[in-house]
Amino acid sequence: MKNFLTDAPLPFCKGCGHNHIAANTEKALQLLDYDPMNVVLVTDIGCHGIIDKSFLTHTVHGLHGRSVALATGVSAALNNPDKKVIVFIGDGGATIGMQHLIDAAHNGFNMTVVIHNNFLYGMTGGQPSEFTPFGFKTPYLPDGGKKTGYDICKLISAVDGVSYVSRLEGISDFSKELAEAFSRKGFSLVEVMEICPSYGVKANPGMKLSKVVESAGLKIEKFVDRGETEAYQTTVKTDLKSLFHEEDAIKTLFPTQLEKPIRMMLCGSAGEGVQAAAEFLLKAGITSGLNGTKKGSYPVTVGVGFSAAEVILSSEEILYTGSPNPDVMCVTSADGLEYARKTIANMKGGKLFIDSSLTAPETKAEVIYFPFRERGGAKNSSLYMIFYFLKTTGMIPMDALLHVFGENKIAKKFDLPKMFELLNEPYTAAMRDETKTIA
Amino acid sequence: MMVADKDSRLIMDGSELIIESVARAGADVFIGYPITPANLLYSYSQERLPSFFAAPDEISTLQWMCGYATTGKFPVTASSFPGFALMLESINMAYMMELPMLIILVQRLGPATGTATCGAQGDLALLQGAISGGFPLPVVSISSMKDCWEMPAKAMKMAIDLRTPVVLLTSKEEIMTLSSFSVKNLPEIKKIERTFYNSTETYMPYKTGTTLVPEFLPVANTEHQVRFTASTHDQKGIIQNTSKEAIDNTKRLEYKHRQNKSEHLFYDYDEQSGADTLVVSYGITSAACREAVNAVRADGHKVSMLIVKTMLPVPPVYFEIMDKYKKVVIAEENLTGQFKNILFGERGNKNVSGVNGIAEMITPARIAEAILSK
Repeated sequence: MKNFLTDAPLPFCKGCGHNHIAANTEKALQLLDYDPMNVVLVTDIGCHGIIDKSFLTHTVHGLHGRSVALATGVSAALNNPDKKVIVFIGDGGATIGMQHLIDAAHNGFNMTVVIHNNFLYGMTGGQPSEFTPFGFKTPYLPDGGKKTGYDICKLISAVDGVSYVSRLEGISDFSKELAEAFSRKGFSLVEVMEICPSYGVKANPGMKLSKVVESAGLKIEKFVDRGETEAYQTTVKTDLKSLFHEEDAIKTLFPTQLEKPIRMMLCGSAGEGVQAAAEFLLKAGITSGLNGTKKGSYPVTVGVGFSAAEVILSSEEILYTGSPNPDVMCVTSADGLEYARKTIANMKGGKLFIDSSLTAPETKAEVIYFPFRERGGAKNSSLYMIFYFLKTTGMIPMDALLHVFGENKIAKKFDLPKMFELLNEPYTAAMRDETKTIA
Repeated sequence: MMVADKDSRLIMDGSELIIESVARAGADVFIGYPITPANLLYSYSQERLPSFFAAPDEISTLQWMCGYATTGKFPVTASSFPGFALMLESINMAYMMELPMLIILVQRLGPATGTATCGAQGDLALLQGAISGGFPLPVVSISSMKDCWEMPAKAMKMAIDLRTPVVLLTSKEEIMTLSSFSVKNLPEIKKIERTFYNSTETYMPYKTGTTLVPEFLPVANTEHQVRFTASTHDQKGIIQNTSKEAIDNTKRLEYKHRQNKSEHLFYDYDEQSGADTLVVSYGITSAACREAVNAVRADGHKVSMLIVKTMLPVPPVYFEIMDKYKKVVIAEENLTGQFKNILFGERGNKNVSGVNGIAEMITPARIAEAILSK
């Protein structure tokens, strides 16, 4: 039988239940014939946490309230239920780390959590915790707790995925109960009830542990025992493939030289294909042998509001990827116009393609109105826009755009001849109905 | 030759390069909580790393990572300021326990939740003071797509060599912008082979030999007891108050990070003979800086450029370089010049000026103007 504790005296006050938990933990591990080198004890802040120096197992001593989360990482990484992960945590730590407890139970991570519940914060002077029962006095609650404390066993029992939950009084020999919890795979929890000899006993003279527990309405019983359950298994993939899809390399099919970079901005509304249109332009540029960048801007709610994209194409290496003064601005909706307004006003030249339902702000750019929304529909307005823009400017070969568009699955459902017919249909300033414009 | 290179180009973002880099260097797991603009790193990791965990929050994220790291595995996460702030106490724990890990910080506009979809370079001052006591937390940054490939693996190597968490500093534009990019001639990244303590002598988790870094041994090994402790501790990893051995151990954390080893020093110094002006930058502003320097030189002016990648602790060589110039311009996308203040303090230096701003990328024109101003 192997020792799990050193010969040195335990570091706790006389009469503290933490002494019993340490001794019973050793006995329980001996009952199960564990080797200390197969046990990892994870503790945190609070009197209970200073026990790790007494244990001959591996020990990890972390931050207040986080031991369950820390143990989750240890357990998930070991991925071996034969390695026993035990967490010691106090009622203060369990209050801080409630989310970690619920989460570890919910996932069924392999560990046993032993909550040292003495109803108060022993290390800092006896302040109440969320576990302090109604009527229980502490130096900070001379009239007793005003509300009932957490029933952690009830709470954790309600979590789907838990293997074992029990509450016991931390007196005499409870090693068999601990051994039962330790032997369960997945997540098990034992709440051990104690009274702090330094603050609990003094504030509640003569009060017995069993009486405190009973009057708090806390049951000393086994809440959950699913017996033999499956251990948690971490997925460790071995059939991993590179993120680089070199087979998708883009061939230069329409070699083009640009005298200077083209900076383009597409501004429209979410759900109207702005980002997709910008990517078609980017890919068309690369197919033309150019370097390209593309970035998107949108509010955090990606499904509504503006959607904007910036595309830069250049024969040279592209360094700075901003477009504060684009060569081409395309606006297809009111949302897009609102987003682009300042940039349009700043344009010193270049071209502004704008849907005819909108009114262009004052700008030095050449303004070109076209009824993209009316002829293409809102959903296709961005696509109509880029084809129109390329048809008008010839900045990169139209064949390049047709090529990359044709490779995309949406091309199959898209009536390209119809689009060109509508794009070729004349549109003049006189046809613009000023009464319908949105300023 | 040029055509062959061109025909190998893909459309990629920096996130893909970063995650492929850490995967090849041997990262075992990504643990994270989604946050804009770091989400691409999260999704690529799910596809590319051996294990992946969606943690319920960022405190759990860093705690799970610490637990993972105690077993000798290498964890990676990515977040932005709001999530990173939650991680801070746990990063201090990883630092004290001496656990190697990589935290990718994607900067966005603050304060607080700020603007999630707007880039920034506003977190360097926070990183400078991230560890209680003023101990240095290693921070490296990326300044180009090529850096997205090289720096993550180098940051991992640094984390393992120094037994410490390392922050890889990036920003929204650097990791989300799509670019035409060829992966064909990228330098190879090999898996980092970790060595663990293998003597029969009793293992002391925080005892150092000839270096300032204690040998690592995974928890739950069957040969030696291993202890990890976040509180002040002796060489055995046992909590102490302020014993000499324990305080010496704490001081060692400062010294080990300040070794300025050449293998952890990364910067690009583009020196132009006869130049009196040096422009300094990092991260997203580096690209604008390179463009500005190209333009200024094309107009016949002389200027040198220093792009820093090892950010913190500040390598002394940066001061040696800056001392050679009559005028130093530091360009960064924040309001006050955080790197400038780290280098020269709040009072500054009369030869040093900043090009700063928030809510939009610093333009090459503004940097060029600062270089040429008298």
